[in-house]
Amino acid sequence: MSTIFEVRSLKRAFGGLAVTNDVSLAMAPGDRVALIGPNGAGKTTFVNLVTGNLTPDSGDVLIGGESVTRIDATGRVRRGLVRSFQVTRLFQEMTSAEHVALAVLQRDGRAGRMFGHFLAMPEVMAEVAGLLGKLGLSELMHRRVSEIAYGQQRLLEIAVALALKPRVLLLDEPAAGVPQSDTGRIEQALADLPADLAVLMIEHDMDLVFRFAKRVIVLAAGTIIFDGSPLDVTRDARVREAYLGSYANAGHAA
Amino acid sequence: MTMATMNDALAGAQGKGRKRGRDLAGLAVILGLAVLGYLLFPNNLALLTRMTAIALLVLSLDLVTGYCGVATLGHAALFGSGAYASGIAAVHFGITDPLLMLACGILGGAVAGLVCGIVILRAHGLPQLVLSIALIHLFHEFANKASAWTGGSDGLAGIAPDPLLGYFEFDLWGRTAYVLGIILLAVVFALLRLIVRSPFGMLCRGVKEDPIRIRAMGASPKLALMKMYVISGAVAGAGGTLNAISTQVVGLDSLSFTLSAESLVMLVLGGTGSLFGALTGTIVFMFFEDIVSAANPFHWLTMVGALLIAVVLFAPKGLYGTVAGLAARRRGAGR
Repeated sequence: MSTIFEVRSLKRAFGGLAVTNDVSLAMAPGDRVALIGPNGAGKTTFVNLVTGNLTPDSGDVLIGGESVTRIDATGRVRRGLVRSFQVTRLFQEMTSAEHVALAVLQRDGRAGRMFGHFLAMPEVMAEVAGLLGKLGLSELMHRRVSEIAYGQQRLLEIAVALALKPRVLLLDEPAAGVPQSDTGRIEQALADLPADLAVLMIEHDMDLVFRFAKRVIVLAAGTIIFDGSPLDVTRDARVREAYLGSYANAGHAA
Repeated sequence: MTMATMNDALAGAQGKGRKRGRDLAGLAVILGLAVLGYLLFPNNLALLTRMTAIALLVLSLDLVTGYCGVATLGHAALFGSGAYASGIAAVHFGITDPLLMLACGILGGAVAGLVCGIVILRAHGLPQLVLSIALIHLFHEFANKASAWTGGSDGLAGIAPDPLLGYFEFDLWGRTAYVLGIILLAVVFALLRLIVRSPFGMLCRGVKEDPIRIRAMGASPKLALMKMYVISGAVAGAGGTLNAISTQVVGLDSLSFTLSAESLVMLVLGGTGSLFGALTGTIVFMFFEDIVSAANPFHWLTMVGALLIAVVLFAPKGLYGTVAGLAARRRGAGR
């Protein structure tokens, strides 16, 4: 099995506190992995280390066998490591088509072009229409983000990520903040992700995790305490302790 | 394709057609106003040419402030650098062909844009504003001290441009300079319309709204802003050169904080983030200034201040931005 994405003993401390402590994992194309963990487990720091927004104290991040530890965030995106955001970060004044077109143009190295308009570029528009169609957003193609519903914005976020043709996709709580009635469409979009794409999803919603992931990784206090099938995760003693422990503490605080 | 998507596709195509129509309308308005100005104020062409030069400065400021969200109160550094570059080329190096002077000015402005961009883009928000103020004072002081080249506080005099294309003399009434200015403005306007609508323009709008999102798409916000700063410098440099050619002198005021602040006021007055807004602001401000200062030489600044307060309070999108917004709403309601 070939490895497309690998993290080797990643460490990062803030002050004296090791927030990411010796984390290692490897993923192959087509993997569907969920990363879960109680609050404060270090999930956000892990994402920032992997995407290049934070530098690790030690350890390595590899994409397709190439070490990207010393490559900045934009370079990692160009090598195929793409992320979505927990809270949508879209451009309020731009249309859905503009978002996807910008991603397509950027991927092809044409986002710096100073002439022409993407509406007049048939190959770009074909891709834009295809992606928006696949996510059921065709009707909103020329609507501004400020005019579309939050659930649809989350779908657009996925469309933008896919337009970058990632090899590894990091989904940061793709269903966060979406009303119950719309989660079905998000789940459908996740099920329709390209088969050869390696997906690492950070998620709180356990139902979604169990339906989506073939493999679950549990992070607690900066280290991986479980890496295995969704069936085994609920039976694992350390996982239960990590979650129950945090609930117990929360109970005391309240 | 469903009915709705077809409608939307049509809407997109119509939007494109409408934009192209607006481009041509914009050029027609510029040329129409130019002819009108020429007919109404044949003895005041110097003011109109100055207005054209300042319009180039305000357009240039709009590129970085309106389209990219960079806060600057030092944009005259680019304008003045262009003016001095063409002036020095003419006085010290004998490059007196107006088009070659223009090339020197554009290059000088672009280099100044690069320098200012490198410094200003290191910070954001308030520190960025302070850096820009520091820069304009540094440029001003440098030009003041390098008096062997710049004439210092006396100004750089003795700029005597050759006839334009070897045929059109720069006459006492300023007709040639005026026509050169209008052609320059029309060409720059057309080029900028192209740039702000291009993929690069879209990228810059993205940078203005959320640089982190742009980075997550694999593009460097800083690189985009640097490019825009250099373009902005070229445009401001063209404006500076036009002023140098038409007045045949370059003064320290072209590198002043006052001019920088005034250009920002004009931009806000007209409306940021729109090329039409930049032009509207320049025309309204400079005409207002001219008329009011003639009518009441003592209190004209008070009235300019009152106008600005009124616009910022009651039309925060600027004069053009507010009118365009109202027109769009009426179109939307009529549908």
